[in-house]
Amino acid sequence: MSALPVAPELVEPVSEWGRLDPRMIIVRPLNELLGLLPALFALVFLGNVETWRVVASVGAVVFVVSYGLFSWLTTKYRITDNRVELHKGVVFRQKRSIPRDRIRTVDLTAKLGHRLFGLSAVRVGTGQQERGAGEGALVLDAVTSAEADRLRQVLLHRAQTSVVQERDDGTTIAALDNRWYRYAPLTLSGLLSIGVVVGFGMNLAHEVNLRFSEVGILRAVFGWLSTAPLTTIIPVVAGLIIVLSVIASLVGYLLQNHGYRLSRHANGTVHVSRGLLTTRSVSIEEKRLRGVSLYEPILLRSGGGARLSAVTTGLTKGSNSSLLLPPAPRSEADRVAAEVLGDSPITASLTAHPVRARSRRLTRAIVPTVALTGILLILTLTAGWPEWLWVLAAVLVPAFVLVGLDRYRNLGHALTDRYLVARSGSLTRRTVALQRSGIIGWKLRRTLFQRRAGVFTLTAITAAGSGGYRVLDVGEGAGVELADLAVPGLLGQFLER
Amino acid sequence: MSETEWRLRAPANLVSKRAVLQWTLQAAIFWVIVVVGQLIAVVLADDPPGWLRVTLVVSIVVGVVHALVMPQWRYRVHRWETTGDAVFTRSGWITQEWRLAPISRIQTVDTERGPLQQLLKLSTVTVTTASAQGPVKIEGLDADVAARVVDTLAATTQATPGDAT
Repeated sequence: MSALPVAPELVEPVSEWGRLDPRMIIVRPLNELLGLLPALFALVFLGNVETWRVVASVGAVVFVVSYGLFSWLTTKYRITDNRVELHKGVVFRQKRSIPRDRIRTVDLTAKLGHRLFGLSAVRVGTGQQERGAGEGALVLDAVTSAEADRLRQVLLHRAQTSVVQERDDGTTIAALDNRWYRYAPLTLSGLLSIGVVVGFGMNLAHEVNLRFSEVGILRAVFGWLSTAPLTTIIPVVAGLIIVLSVIASLVGYLLQNHGYRLSRHANGTVHVSRGLLTTRSVSIEEKRLRGVSLYEPILLRSGGGARLSAVTTGLTKGSNSSLLLPPAPRSEADRVAAEVLGDSPITASLTAHPVRARSRRLTRAIVPTVALTGILLILTLTAGWPEWLWVLAAVLVPAFVLVGLDRYRNLGHALTDRYLVARSGSLTRRTVALQRSGIIGWKLRRTLFQRRAGVFTLTAITAAGSGGYRVLDVGEGAGVELADLAVPGLLGQFLER
Repeated sequence: MSETEWRLRAPANLVSKRAVLQWTLQAAIFWVIVVVGQLIAVVLADDPPGWLRVTLVVSIVVGVVHALVMPQWRYRVHRWETTGDAVFTRSGWITQEWRLAPISRIQTVDTERGPLQQLLKLSTVTVTTASAQGPVKIEGLDADVAARVVDTLAATTQATPGDAT
């Protein structure tokens, strides 16, 4: 590693065992306690104060604090010329070691507890696909933010990059625009968080044996619900839910995307940082970036918005760490995609899929809903089920037909110089641009119905992202031709006229 | 698009004829468990519900048809081929699947043998790539053929440069 250039701040890592920052003895329990706070509060103050409650709470606190101490004592890491090593574990000892040339991403996260002490957790990701949690990745939780920044630079820095800047802030590709907040209410995330809060509250109330009838406000609410006419209740409740979910989604957007900035750095990485309380900072090696996904959930799409994710190796699945652009105007998403990829496959005009694919979408929309309506109707007539059930199901039929038609309208694929583009979905429309050189195989799948319709589903296999990206219901000839053109010389040898 | 469309041809090689026996046995074992379970309930229960007899008859009919039709159908679908630069397989019966993996992207090649397969001297060749979509599998190969395939693939994979992602 002598070829590694040394800059003032960028000290060549010593291959001695280092410990995590000692402040973690406090921070880890603090983070845990912040999460436990509502439960502890409920345990102590709600319901009757019994001895066992106090004992249990104190016990929990003592356990969490001593766990933090032992975790710190047992965790050490080092960076040698070739590997990053981490030893940890109080009860189960764990030794992880990752070759440095396998490192693809370095992801910094600082929760509220970390922020108070200026610390960051560093997650080092490799290109390896994760079968179990944490496999193929290594987390240093936590080191000082300065050390975290230094680690990122050292670990993502390759010998072949010649010059290192003193402190590389990169060139900004996109930054948060306050007008984007108008897309927050269109994401349903608010509704979801209300559901979570209500669920958690109910659970908690159940745990501490809270009787709803004993709380004055709740009793009044229930009293009103049972006496007021439905025509009043429905609009009031719906209005309340809408207002609450709008507020919750705005707060959520603020928490997650405050200070969002996407930048490109000279060491060949793109960098996303965002978050108000918990800050996230993700570096993705451009060489490992295999494409982007553009998500347009139906509400967001109706407002002309979209969000953008990276298709890359080495990031945890489902943890939102691959986000490139939070909900923002579609034009902004197009621009960011073009800037990041250096090409604009997302806006390429797509080839529509055969009309048989539309019949399939319609069949799928109509058959289950009509069957459901029929079953509910029979149950109403014979078993005395309420009538509104089948009426509701009947109303669903045309709604599903509209969704089915939209699903067909959205189906499409395209091939640009470097990218394979596929679009599908209606409630969440997804457009994926996948680098053709990142395709490591094909899967062609055909059900009996697809066979009769003369279509199949083509899946481009890749090491990045979800591992495979589908071109749904493509015509037989067109699909085979697409696969042959996208990766020349692979499928061609198995074709005949 | 041209008048005559390109079509994907079937991979060259059939799997072992004994694979039919393996699939039949697998289906038979499954359906015997299902049927015997219901039979015990019908015989032992004091007052077995009427629908249990219906599901029992249905299970027997479906089971027999499945165990007779599925293996033959599969035998006609399951095919495989390896060339100098790709592994190509076809599998399934009602739903069919073609898989194609370039040799340069292969990470490991293994064989797997379940108890039934050991009895019938069959092997499954598993070809893994860096993707989360799962490996390419060639089921129901004669054990000797499978060993040869693994050797060939291992040799060609070694000779082909690339980091497999």
